[in-house]
Amino acid sequence: MNKEELKIAITEILPEITFDETGEFLNVFVPATSLLPFMNSIRSNNNFEMDYLFCLTCIDWKDHFMMVYHLHSKKHRHEFVVKAKLENRENPEIESLSGIWKTADFHEREVFDLFGINFLHHPDLRRIFMDDNWKGFPLRKDYMDENMIEI
Amino acid sequence: MSEENKIEFPGEVHPTDGGGILVTKLDDVINWARANSLWPLVFGTSCCAIEMMSAADAKYDWSRFGFEVARATPRQADLIIVAGTIVIKMAPVLKRLYDQMPEPKYVIAMGACTISGGPFFYNTYSVVKGVDHVIPVDVYIPGCPPRPEALLHAMITLQEKIKTEHTSFSKGVPSEKNQKLLKDE
Repeated sequence: MNKEELKIAITEILPEITFDETGEFLNVFVPATSLLPFMNSIRSNNNFEMDYLFCLTCIDWKDHFMMVYHLHSKKHRHEFVVKAKLENRENPEIESLSGIWKTADFHEREVFDLFGINFLHHPDLRRIFMDDNWKGFPLRKDYMDENMIEI
Repeated sequence: MSEENKIEFPGEVHPTDGGGILVTKLDDVINWARANSLWPLVFGTSCCAIEMMSAADAKYDWSRFGFEVARATPRQADLIIVAGTIVIKMAPVLKRLYDQMPEPKYVIAMGACTISGGPFFYNTYSVVKGVDHVIPVDVYIPGCPPRPEALLHAMITLQEKIKTEHTSFSKGVPSEKNQKLLKDE
């Protein structure tokens, strides 16, 4: 499917979705609460079959977090980006996708390690790069520790 | 290079019948041997390591100066070329490698990252701001990354440094026996 066809088909699944086409990919904004059922349906739906999650990351926009999922279909050869806004900065949480794509397991551990996003129902949510005793989440914009020198 | 350094072997050979007599100082002859067979540890953490490998290959060929036997174990290495960024997670590993090397041991800090953290000095949570916070350094090479010629220059500088050393005491923490000797002095 091309971008226009994708937009129509995605809107059929979840009407409250909004789009952004300014970048290379078609960006699909999904409410954080309906992320898991939406991802489940685009993974299993024969028209989409998004079987490859090739990037999972997070962006700190200072007043909120944005989860970013890059998806690709090996069968249909189409791809798009799903984004979910996390309003609660104090305790950001979202459903884990490790049950749908196995690769999400480690990627979500990385995002937890560096951004402190709590992935609900994750099988093994603990730090992956930083020391187990590390305090704070280094890729947050407001992160600071005693060894850092600000320019 | 000074005139002194051009001397191939530190000492005088007096030919006699059936061989010859060699007159030299023990310090000089030990340093001569040490300086000309420095075995570096195979250790590189980022792009400086690529330049280090280049210095080892046929074009720059550090074996001309006695560095060819790069060892994959610290127990057989004399020299560690810290080629690349050292992150906080790598620091204990580097310290351990250094501790496992037998005396006498030498360290070359190659490139901006190893000297000070380089481009990662500001606003970083992960990079050690200079490898000399972890292990003592003999020779520093600036550059990002330094060219292989710069590395060769640093190695020759290290050789010249070794040639001025006293061999009776170890370079690191002196042994109990040597500590007593140092006090007596």
